Amino acid sequence: MTPTMVPLDDAALDREARLGARQLVADAATMSWRNLLRLVRTPQLIVFSTIQPVIFVLMFRYVFGGAIKIPNFPYVDFLMAGVWVQTVTFGALNTGVGLAEDLQSGLIERFRSLPMARSAVLLGRTTADLVRNVLVVALMTLIGFLVGFNYHVSFVGLLGALGMVLLFAYSLSWLSALLGLVAPNAETAQAAFFPISAVLVFASGAFVPVESMDQAWLRAFARNQPVTAVINAVRGLTLGGPTASKVVLALAWIAGITVVFASLAVRRYRKVA
Amino acid sequence: MATAAVEVEDLKKRFGDVEALRGVSFGVETGTVLGLLGPNGAGKTTAVRILTSILAPDAGRASVLGIDVARHPQSVRLRIGLAGQYAAVDEALTGRENLRMVGRLCHMARAEVDQRAAELLAQFDLVDAADRPLKTYSGGMRRRLDLAAALVHRPPVLFLDEPTTGLDPGSRLDLWGVIGDLVVDGTTVLLTTQYLEEADRLADNIVVIDHGSVIAEGTADELKARIGSTHVEVVVAPDDAATARATLATVGVAAPPDAQHGVAVQITGGGQGVLEAVRALDAAGLRLESLAVREPTLDDVFLELTGHTVGEDAA
Repeated sequence: MTPTMVPLDDAALDREARLGARQLVADAATMSWRNLLRLVRTPQLIVFSTIQPVIFVLMFRYVFGGAIKIPNFPYVDFLMAGVWVQTVTFGALNTGVGLAEDLQSGLIERFRSLPMARSAVLLGRTTADLVRNVLVVALMTLIGFLVGFNYHVSFVGLLGALGMVLLFAYSLSWLSALLGLVAPNAETAQAAFFPISAVLVFASGAFVPVESMDQAWLRAFARNQPVTAVINAVRGLTLGGPTASKVVLALAWIAGITVVFASLAVRRYRKVA
Repeated sequence: MATAAVEVEDLKKRFGDVEALRGVSFGVETGTVLGLLGPNGAGKTTAVRILTSILAPDAGRASVLGIDVARHPQSVRLRIGLAGQYAAVDEALTGRENLRMVGRLCHMARAEVDQRAAELLAQFDLVDAADRPLKTYSGGMRRRLDLAAALVHRPPVLFLDEPTTGLDPGSRLDLWGVIGDLVVDGTTVLLTTQYLEEADRLADNIVVIDHGSVIAEGTADELKARIGSTHVEVVVAPDDAATARATLATVGVAAPPDAQHGVAVQITGGGQGVLEAVRALDAAGLRLESLAVREPTLDDVFLELTGHTVGEDAA
């Protein structure tokens, strides 16, 4: 049946409209491909995505490494968990900014007029950002090894730690996606995301032990927020010590953030454009 | 079977305090072009967004090829193409990649996507630029690509939301040619525009919309007929002015002259009326220094219907 022939009964229309899992995966793949091409062809984004994390590894390693003493470990071994998580937390901004730009340019308007799977726009965008994060985290790890980083548990533990960082990055993509869909433009999305990510990263155990903070309320916040939870789990997986409960707590945060913000973002996407 | 490819009944949409559509109804016959004409903020884009399943109306019904847009949006999307005023193409991709992306999102087979992309690039004169990123495209090329992207899956119904807004006159003429060719191929087109000339040139029927309501509809000629007819203006030697006036009075209604020794008359009957006027002047033995025919424009129509011209808000 060609699309020009109109099957007027409702059942036939419903049948032709149904999209299977295969189409959803294919559409999400097309959207990821398009977002990754965009990344590769936007030099500023490549610089932002790669050079900045490298600079952070080097800066924290050499600038703060002398001042901050961590018992039992070289600072760089403690530091890496913080830099990984910091980088993906700030980097999650890309998801929301990208969506806000697509909304502004009218591209999402076109996508919504096409017979594609509705959720592929968001799935494709977050998947592309996950792919970007895999490369960024791998690059940082490599630089980390070059400046003396060592894991103390096992290689599998290290892979688990990196997987944890990537899952956390993916959950934050959905928070960022929601901001990007709510914001009237890319600049606002960026301005809205920055304070959230800055508070999460700096009021955490990313670079200093939480116990070293001198305000009780700050310690209480820092101890009970997702960035610290994820960093503790990553440190457990790379440095050793009691790990299982930390991993469970971090995964619970990741799952919670993903479920809450993915459903809010999907709901918002249905309304906008 | 309905012959209308697009039908809209009593469509209403409100954004906060703004009533974008206050009960709009119109239809587009299969294989014809409807021009939805109105100034900025008239509700044209809102109507198109409802018809293309992007926006849900507050009340009323919209259907495309007999399919209810609200109940079967996905079936409607399989059969429509949309090209917008904000050339919605991906800046980071090449022209060919943009067309391929749309083809894939329409679930066409890969080989068919590639073939269709090549075909459209040729049809829209974008072969040389096909593999260059969009950053290097001119405004006109971008619009042509946008239009091509709307045609990838060969939709029988096409929505063009201000397709030439912001283009230079040359590019506009180009695009008019392209749209004209589509209609020859049998595509049904709903076109929104604030250019009267554009509606006049492309549309079989025109619906004039202002502040969310339809204020007139008909063919361009019907709309023009509403506000009077063709003016013929002749310039003669001063001594002949009186004779010329008397002669022209026999074929039409005297109108105020606007040039020295000019005599003007408003006539009915289009070209035939002009011919009769010329014959009468010739029979009277008058020597004409010049003769001009002025057709009423849709600008005149709009002014007559709304009390303000297109582009100027009713303040």
